[in-house]
Amino acid sequence: MTFGVHAPILAIAVPLLGAFALPVFTKLHRSLRDIWAAAVGAFTCAMVITVAVQVFTSGVQVYTLGAASPTASVVQGGFPIRIVLAVDGMSAFMGLISALVGLASLVYSFGFLKEEQGKTLAMTLFFLLWAGMLGMEYTGDMFNFFVFLEVTSIAACSLVGYRTWESAPVEAAFKTMAMYTVGGLLVLLSIGILYGEYGALNIAYLSSKVVGSQLDKIALGLLLGGLLMKAGAVPAHMWAPDAYGEAPAQAAIVLVANTQASLYGLWRVLFTLFVGVLSAPAVGWLVASLGALTILVAVLAAVTQRDLGRLIAYGAVSQIGYMLLGVGVGLAALSSRQDWGLVAMKGGIFHMLNDAATVGLLMLAAGVVRRATGTKDLASLGGLGHDLKWTSGFFLLGVLALAGIPPLNGFASKFLIYESSFRLSPILAAIAVLGSILLLAVFARAFQGAFLGPRLREARPASPAMLAAMGILAAVILAMGLAPGFFVEHLVGPAAEALWRGRDLYLAAVLGG
Amino acid sequence: MIGNLPFVVCMILVGLGLWTLLSRRNLIKLAIGITLIESGVNLFLVALGYVERGVAPIYTYAPPRAKMVLPTPQALTLTSIVIGLATTALMLAFAVVIYRHRGTLDARKIRELRG
Repeated sequence: MTFGVHAPILAIAVPLLGAFALPVFTKLHRSLRDIWAAAVGAFTCAMVITVAVQVFTSGVQVYTLGAASPTASVVQGGFPIRIVLAVDGMSAFMGLISALVGLASLVYSFGFLKEEQGKTLAMTLFFLLWAGMLGMEYTGDMFNFFVFLEVTSIAACSLVGYRTWESAPVEAAFKTMAMYTVGGLLVLLSIGILYGEYGALNIAYLSSKVVGSQLDKIALGLLLGGLLMKAGAVPAHMWAPDAYGEAPAQAAIVLVANTQASLYGLWRVLFTLFVGVLSAPAVGWLVASLGALTILVAVLAAVTQRDLGRLIAYGAVSQIGYMLLGVGVGLAALSSRQDWGLVAMKGGIFHMLNDAATVGLLMLAAGVVRRATGTKDLASLGGLGHDLKWTSGFFLLGVLALAGIPPLNGFASKFLIYESSFRLSPILAAIAVLGSILLLAVFARAFQGAFLGPRLREARPASPAMLAAMGILAAVILAMGLAPGFFVEHLVGPAAEALWRGRDLYLAAVLGG
Repeated sequence: MIGNLPFVVCMILVGLGLWTLLSRRNLIKLAIGITLIESGVNLFLVALGYVERGVAPIYTYAPPRAKMVLPTPQALTLTSIVIGLATTALMLAFAVVIYRHRGTLDARKIRELRG
């Protein structure tokens, strides 16, 4: 299968080309643009799925840029000279999340965006952001990771603030841009330190050479800080509610997937690059405690919100906490190879997929509310369930899944996290459970306030494209809720294993044994 | 014989930038602070690749058996400068739009998104 070999680079290159060609097609005719966007989206998803199938059936995929054969990445003596894409189980899993969210966002934007309000521009930026996210997830090179990180930063902030005729989105975009840029520069600084020490940028090569010196610890700290800033974990979460709350719905869900791509970078740094030299229990405890703190702070902040968009945004931040908690517990148990460590990793990683689907569904539903009524203020909303029947159903499904009500998907992943974090420390598990309960209370109130009660005003129903996009995410939520075993075994398990004990395979695949 | 001095200077620049971000409230000054951090990091990358008495790493122009400075950090720095240009331009554009809406650049007076 020669074509499949090129799937990783095509998954990045095609949306990139698609983005820049989109305005040209708009000049010719709008329907041409829609056909082009649909074709690019479908092709990218196909490539991501191809990569995932290859990785899950035959192991780590390495693609070498600028060389005829993938084995030419290393010169004699094991020194890597080329830029490589290295896709293991975790990268492939993240690619699937990005593809799912991207697909839903694209379908939604056909019905949601208005031509006179920069539809072409928003779609162009969306494709750029998509390409950047997939690049972050597939690259095997630290500097390329930084470049794709900045591509996503610029595209994401433009998507938040492109509606310059309003003031709030632009202010949110400025705040987000400042946080993203500082985070990105911290990452670049640590990449410089690593290059100065080892003279290479290839993740696998760095991982085989890293010695754990004082400078390495500084580099690790900078990477941790920079990536957590971009992921929106407490105490660097200030940008997240503004950005999610002000961005148009189809962009907000891609922002959520983008924070997950930053988290993926963190997992890659912790579990592949530094795992041999860091003191895993200490760093694991740090990550898990940050996760617990994120859950607590975000949920408490959500209680006081009066705006539907910001309320969902704080819900999204709290979900980042669950991922950090799960994977942090796994890292803390890594050196002793406890079984519950792997369970925690599976929980944290499964939760990334769940979060993308559930928070995505809630944000899309909130977008319908905003479009139908022109406001997201909970005090002035009410009785929307009379007109927006499907949307109310989708929102309720999202609320129940987010809060982790059995048998929905949120329960499956959160249960894995509760069970395993209890083994590390009952306090962490207690915070996680408490967060879930509060979250259910907050979102039940939001649902009741916006959708139930007497009809206050006529609401404009959602267009078919928007319903289809929400339907995609709802179908994924239901599938994961009804058959969590299947997903854990075939998607989450390989991804968690790739981090848990896949480092040697990753190194061997890139450096050629 | 300048030892670690360039690295110290770079870190001072980064520190100044961070201090600007924390202590100033004018949006333009925030952008300047970020540019300072960026310059510090770029200088750091270039300083990493310096080889004592090295020449520019252009193979066809270098005298035979000359020592060359490392080319990779320079390529990285170029990329980073281009990215920095884009981020700075975007931030300043946002600042201009905010000024048009609000008539101020003071971050303390732009309170719509607090809480």
